[in-house]
Amino acid sequence: MTTPLSSTLPTGGIRITTDAATEPYWQAAKARRLVAPRCTACGAFRFPPGPFCPECRSQDVDWVNISAGTVFSFSIVRHLPGMKDLVLVPVVVEFPEAPGVHIVSNIIDIDPDDVHIGMIVEPDFVDIADNWKLPVFRGPRAACDSTDQLPAVPEKEST
Amino acid sequence: MSGPDDVAIVGVGATPYYFRGESYPQTITELACKAILAACDDAGIDVTQLDGFAYYSGASAGYGETMDTATFMEILGIPEVTFSAALTSGGGGSAGAIGLARAAIIAGDATHVVTVMSLQQRKQRLGTVFGAATLNPQNSFLMPSGLIGPGHLMSVLARRHMHLYGTRREAFAEVAISTRHNALNRPKAQKRTPLTPEDYFGARMIADPLCLFDFCLETDGAVAVITAGLDRARDLRHPPATVVACAHGGRREWGRAFAWYGMSDPHFASSGHAPVAEHLYRRAGVGPADIDVALIYDHFTPMVIMQLEDYGFCPRGEGGPFVESGAIRYEGGTLPVNTHGGQLSEAYIIGMTHIVEAVEQIRGNAINQVPGTELALATGGPAALPVSGLILGRDR
Repeated sequence: MTTPLSSTLPTGGIRITTDAATEPYWQAAKARRLVAPRCTACGAFRFPPGPFCPECRSQDVDWVNISAGTVFSFSIVRHLPGMKDLVLVPVVVEFPEAPGVHIVSNIIDIDPDDVHIGMIVEPDFVDIADNWKLPVFRGPRAACDSTDQLPAVPEKEST
Repeated sequence: MSGPDDVAIVGVGATPYYFRGESYPQTITELACKAILAACDDAGIDVTQLDGFAYYSGASAGYGETMDTATFMEILGIPEVTFSAALTSGGGGSAGAIGLARAAIIAGDATHVVTVMSLQQRKQRLGTVFGAATLNPQNSFLMPSGLIGPGHLMSVLARRHMHLYGTRREAFAEVAISTRHNALNRPKAQKRTPLTPEDYFGARMIADPLCLFDFCLETDGAVAVITAGLDRARDLRHPPATVVACAHGGRREWGRAFAWYGMSDPHFASSGHAPVAEHLYRRAGVGPADIDVALIYDHFTPMVIMQLEDYGFCPRGEGGPFVESGAIRYEGGTLPVNTHGGQLSEAYIIGMTHIVEAVEQIRGNAINQVPGTELALATGGPAALPVSGLILGRDR
């Protein structure tokens, strides 16, 4: 039996909009980098990006590269109106490099039956409307389980 | 029991419950007015005596439409209003709106305060409401994922609950089936045929782990509830259903809930109601064991289970086995839940039917009456904060 692999919504119809606090996230995605905001003053991550650190109220922020994460939870969505053949795996991903950051996107090109909580996923980027790119996730390239080592040290990038 | 018991619900009213879009060509305002008039009639007051409006959901009417006090005054001939306010956010405030009405009455700002919800899903249905939302910088982190409706969003919480605690789909099925059973003998219920395990497990998966029967109905209709001071309530038609306690709010760890997914464990796989439940019980001077019937906001079956945990009817993580034991059934259960058939099987008016059922249980005239009911719990949400709870009791 062949199961259709998961995808995103039709990418040409996916739109995002930004404000001053969120735009660096999307600009980084354009450059195929996944980043999260970390407070310069106290080191706490926050997500989605907002204009203040909720721990110390500082407005200074470093945008830190993050890479692989693990599946915190997910759904398998079928039968969307007008998109009967589409299979989506919406996912909440957590990152050992960025405690507290939960990014919501899709795991693509995977048999939904192969997805499980705790599995490692890696970011990829797909073109969406208005020349933006959407961060999405893929399962491990090789057939392997979630006992893989995750990177532990954040790469710091200047603001 | 040590609640203030200073106000009471004195009237409830509703339109018929219609399937999505079938209330047309009535307008949302017309539906709301019919519910308000029915509630006044039930209370034994004239609509011209209404002087307060206490809404929730920012006075929105379902999805993308609004209710407006001045419009109601114009159409119904209400001469003067001395209070008009709304709880913020969405359906999480339904039970809490009665607390807003109480605040107006205790402050002396108003005497007969109506809380109303009206919805018509002709233009926008609940099932895709998040997918149709206006794009903004915050929901740009959510909408691309294809989680287009609240059930899709909450399926992700349900999956985490299953992972952490071993909760089974059989537990979701029990919520759906026991709730349907309670709707079978109700003339106004939208679903009046039995739901079997075969039906449940044979249904299509909409957002796995949730199937069709884990989702609530998409209803058109309106419900109104009138609150008054206890002394005034004693002069009216029915025995007062006293407000023993009401609470709304919640903690940052829950926050925007499934609109941001930033919750950590154990908040993620919860209903966000635990802090509200704590305030509610403390204000009432009662505990979960004192509740005779629980009207639990049931937009999606797993969220009933998580609320049962947050309201202390069972320990966290044990909601699945608790419902699978039959505990929430009207017949034979230890805690009858959603004796009115809930939003899953009677009608979905964004929490209002739970308040109506709580009133009827306290009056003693519910269709599925729990004998000797002294205290009834009604909840609003789980949703983005505020979520809310209400305990009604008999006049003492």
